[in-house]
Amino acid sequence: MLDVKAGDDASFNFLLRKYRTPLVNFLYRIVRDTATAEDLAQEVFLRVYRAREQYSPSAKFTTWLFRIATNLALNSVRDNRHHKMEVSIDISSSDEEDAAPRELPAREKRIDEHLIEQDRSDIIRRAIFSLPEKQRVAILLHKYEEMDYADIAKILECSESALKSLLFRAYETLRVELAPLVAQPGTHRGGEGRAQ
Amino acid sequence: MKCEDVSNHLISYLDRRTSSADRSEMEDHLGTCAECRTRAEEFRKIWTLMEELPVLEPSVGFDAHVRERVAAEPRRGWFGLPIPKFVPGFMLQPRLAFSAALLIALCVWTARLPYRIHAPVPAPQVTAQNDMEQFQEINDLGVLENYDVLTNLDALSELAPVAERSTTTPASHDHAHDNGGA
Repeated sequence: MLDVKAGDDASFNFLLRKYRTPLVNFLYRIVRDTATAEDLAQEVFLRVYRAREQYSPSAKFTTWLFRIATNLALNSVRDNRHHKMEVSIDISSSDEEDAAPRELPAREKRIDEHLIEQDRSDIIRRAIFSLPEKQRVAILLHKYEEMDYADIAKILECSESALKSLLFRAYETLRVELAPLVAQPGTHRGGEGRAQ
Repeated sequence: MKCEDVSNHLISYLDRRTSSADRSEMEDHLGTCAECRTRAEEFRKIWTLMEELPVLEPSVGFDAHVRERVAAEPRRGWFGLPIPKFVPGFMLQPRLAFSAALLIALCVWTARLPYRIHAPVPAPQVTAQNDMEQFQEINDLGVLENYDVLTNLDALSELAPVAERSTTTPASHDHAHDNGGA
């Protein structure tokens, strides 16, 4: 990043190649829309480029990068939610799905329906997406980016103990949400790898 | 350790990022508490489940889009001032700019060297001047060889300034003597 700061375009291209996939996946798991995730990832790289002069070596680059990504993604989710709420009021009050897109039905019923209609990946993705924003970001950074507690705490602007509590609550929720999958024997298919 | 404390330590225990003391304490608790042990096992299963999510690859044009957007950004130079488009890109890189400045300085210094080497030296000019004087004396040889003129003191007095000048160089002095002798 220091080379990028010094104006080296090749170093910026290196960062682009290295972080585009984890970044797009991280953003996709927050916003759940491929096009939006790619737009946001482009915006992240553009902001990194714009802010290269302000980059300080004291901050870890990945922490800085994912902090920008987190802020952009959460803003996008909030804007989108606000937009959806406006649309649902304008179009029809009878469309319950649009009127309350983030309302979760009873857990058992929801999981049973998903087991029938959706594949496992979609169920897992939905379960992650149903988490409160901070918990969602926390487990994505913890599980997929394998970041240290200190770095995640910096991104989420909380203490390490608060982060551990946040992670515990998030995994506890997923444990309940994904109970049918957890109970199934041989749940690990192991063929699709990790985000990194 | 109590069940209430597990929430603060279970994640770091499963991550193997806990101290040995906390670890043994947690293991003691999990050995006695079936509920917490089940929770720990299911957390591990959740982590395995999360690994099932497929990796999404960015679209083919992703890099090109980013580069386009970066290229469209106004260039900023030192102190964040905008840089005109005619300034070459390499000049924005401090190291290259310094190298270029060093190269220019070296060229200027080298260009000045020949002037120092071939600078006009006073000594050769003096020699040239003496040559001219000697040439003038040679022109006046006819006068000096004329016996009538030599016998005329007034005419000899006219040659006095030439004789004085000729004393500056031994060669011309010798010439004058030789001619006088003749």
